[in-house]
Amino acid sequence: MKKIEAIIRPEKLEAVQKGLAEYAILGMTVSEVSGRGRQHGIILQWRAGEYRVELLPKLKIEMVVLDEDVAPALNVIVSSARTGGRGDGKVFVSPIENAVRIRTGDEGANAI
Amino acid sequence: MISSGDTAWILISSALVMLMTPGLALFYGGMVRRKNVLSTMMMSFILLGVIGVVWALYGYSLGFGPDLGGFVGKLDWIGLMGVGQDPSGVYASTVPHLAFMVFQAMFAVITVALWTGGVVERTRFSGFLVLAVLWLTVVYCPIAHWVWGQGGWLARLGALDFAGGTVVHVNAGMSALALAFLLGPRRGFKNGEPMEPHNIPMVVLGAGLLWFGWFGFNAGSALTSGGLASSAFVATTISAAAAAVAWMLLGWYYRRPSSLGVATGVVAGLVAITPAAGFVHPIAAIPIGAVASVVCHYCMLLRTNRRVDESLDVWAVHGMGGVWGAVATGLFATTAVNANGANGLFFGNPMLLVKQVAAIAVVAAFAFGATWVLGKLVDMTIGLRVDEREEVVGLDVSQHGERAYGGLSS
Repeated sequence: MKKIEAIIRPEKLEAVQKGLAEYAILGMTVSEVSGRGRQHGIILQWRAGEYRVELLPKLKIEMVVLDEDVAPALNVIVSSARTGGRGDGKVFVSPIENAVRIRTGDEGANAI
Repeated sequence: MISSGDTAWILISSALVMLMTPGLALFYGGMVRRKNVLSTMMMSFILLGVIGVVWALYGYSLGFGPDLGGFVGKLDWIGLMGVGQDPSGVYASTVPHLAFMVFQAMFAVITVALWTGGVVERTRFSGFLVLAVLWLTVVYCPIAHWVWGQGGWLARLGALDFAGGTVVHVNAGMSALALAFLLGPRRGFKNGEPMEPHNIPMVVLGAGLLWFGWFGFNAGSALTSGGLASSAFVATTISAAAAAVAWMLLGWYYRRPSSLGVATGVVAGLVAITPAAGFVHPIAAIPIGAVASVVCHYCMLLRTNRRVDESLDVWAVHGMGGVWGAVATGLFATTAVNANGANGLFFGNPMLLVKQVAAIAVVAAFAFGATWVLGKLVDMTIGLRVDEREEVVGLDVSQHGERAYGGLSS
């Protein structure tokens, strides 16, 4: 089991979701996050002044998948979330020790 | 002789002006950080309570009671004694005295609420409440008497203030500035920490409610429901409109046409037309409103560049917008609109302008000085500023034990 955390542009969520669904990867948790990488912040205005916002809004998708699903999932995420500009985001993959489905008590691969 | 039409209009106008205070709470509340939104709104909203009581007990009499030397009203009307269903015999001869009293009550409430914008996000609530009552007593009531009270010395001088350019706006703006100097900036302000407005939609809605309520403020100040009220009503909306357009264009010239800018411009235009509304031809409201946006915009820039944390620009918008409005009254006023007014410079009477400038100077100096002294007194006794920890945590939690946007579970 691996956990995939993908930080993406908010407007790319639908494309990523659709792409993953084709591989029957449905379970995910999405949260609104702020962050920065190499993308520059933006300048916003406030009455007579202006200020710089360094941390820009992104979405974070978290999902735990079976080992064999990691490669296709990464493929889908990267191809559907990419624009080619700075700020497209990043994907992290890490090992998961165990998982439990709360409803049934199933553990491990059965819980996914 | 009571006129039912006039009375209906003054009662409705009182309700309209009442709505301006929650409108102002939204306007200010959206401009602060989310940890201070309730504190900021409370500093306006609670005044409907506190000032509402104080006004009935003695504030009205102190402001509008029988004249004492041109400076203040005598306490003959304390506790609304003698303020009844018949006209007062002095003010608003066609409406019940009670209606005139409650109309003025709403002005007193919002004037106190206005200066809170200068000291948001750092003011101790207990000290603030005491200061609010002291300020009404020592600053607002006397100034209201000078300008609007029977026998008030600025009124006798011949200075014109239709609905409160000096009494309300110059007064509140200079008071906010004095308190901002006294309290000092918010923590982090000097280091350029961003103090980002947390909810601009609230600000826009607040500006809309202020515009709506301002019809009562200005057109209600005709104290009758006929032609003069209509003229003031039209001048009011035209000035707000011209100012909104002017501020939008200014913002566009430098950056983008911002919604916060337009909301600010609307208020600047409403402020500037306030002293003039019932003395100028409604079409004069176009230059009055448009120039108001330019004046207030550059005053705001000046304030920002000087790094003075008069946080929500009460001085720039109300103080200087009020100054411009009072000056503009001295330029554009004409007796063709209001026979009880006077002609301004553009109608061949430069003396009115001189009187207007004198009234502005007196009110501005008194408001600034007296407010600073009162603030210092409260600060030395009760304390007017929260301590560092309370400020960092936010005033909603530290002063009120609440948060505006709470709860992870449903």
